[in-house]
Amino acid sequence: MLPDVADGGQGAVVSGYVAAALGGALGALARWGVAEALPRDTGGWPWATLLVNVLGCLVLGLLIGRVFQRSPDPSWLRPFLGTGVLGGFTTYSAFAVETVQLAEAGRAGTAAAYVLASVIAGVLATALGLRAGRSAREPAP
Amino acid sequence: MTPLLVVLGAMVGAPLRLFAERLAASRRGAGSVAGTAVINVAGSALLGFLLGLADVPGWVAALVGTGFCGTLTTFSTLGAEVVRLGEQGRRARALGYLAGTILLGIGAAAAAYGAAGLL
Repeated sequence: MLPDVADGGQGAVVSGYVAAALGGALGALARWGVAEALPRDTGGWPWATLLVNVLGCLVLGLLIGRVFQRSPDPSWLRPFLGTGVLGGFTTYSAFAVETVQLAEAGRAGTAAAYVLASVIAGVLATALGLRAGRSAREPAP
Repeated sequence: MTPLLVVLGAMVGAPLRLFAERLAASRRGAGSVAGTAVINVAGSALLGFLLGLADVPGWVAALVGTGFCGTLTTFSTLGAEVVRLGEQGRRARALGYLAGTILLGIGAAAAAYGAAGLL
């Protein structure tokens, strides 16, 4: 287990980067698995990216509401789960390039719909997760 | 082999994003979204360039594309920051951040994709 340094010292800084790297590896591996399971035809609707992005937003909202806003919170937890696992599971660059590829394939309407669907569903999923996480939280003693 | 390359790229991308977020927080104050914004736009440009090239070997796409760029950039943090700004009553800033990331990110990806296609 990574050291739990809650005082924000040098150890906490380093453990944050190690935690982000390990979490990012897990998140990226899961994203790759989803993309393998839902292959996309060239110019087709990017289901895999949409799924990981919306699901990742929902889970990050839950974590922020349920876990991260509680204290004390070990210094590696948020870099591991938030920055690493969910940051690595979701992706902005694939979303942007898929939009460009849809437009380039002459499917500008589909590209616009993909942008709107990703952004609206992502923000709504975050808000929903946050609300669910907060309501599940036990009242502070 | 491909999952290993994805993992290697991810193990560089995630700490780099954390570094950018911490740098932005120390320079511009806690809660700054500048780190995520810059990372998402830069990562979109890099992935656009990579996928715009005519012949990218599969291992490069896995390592640099799916692994590094995919993990460097994030959609979940973008969503969380937009919702946080909205909850703080900073609706204009939330909308501006969201619209700016979309326009600059897709614009950067398109420019890099097109530039790579000219090579």
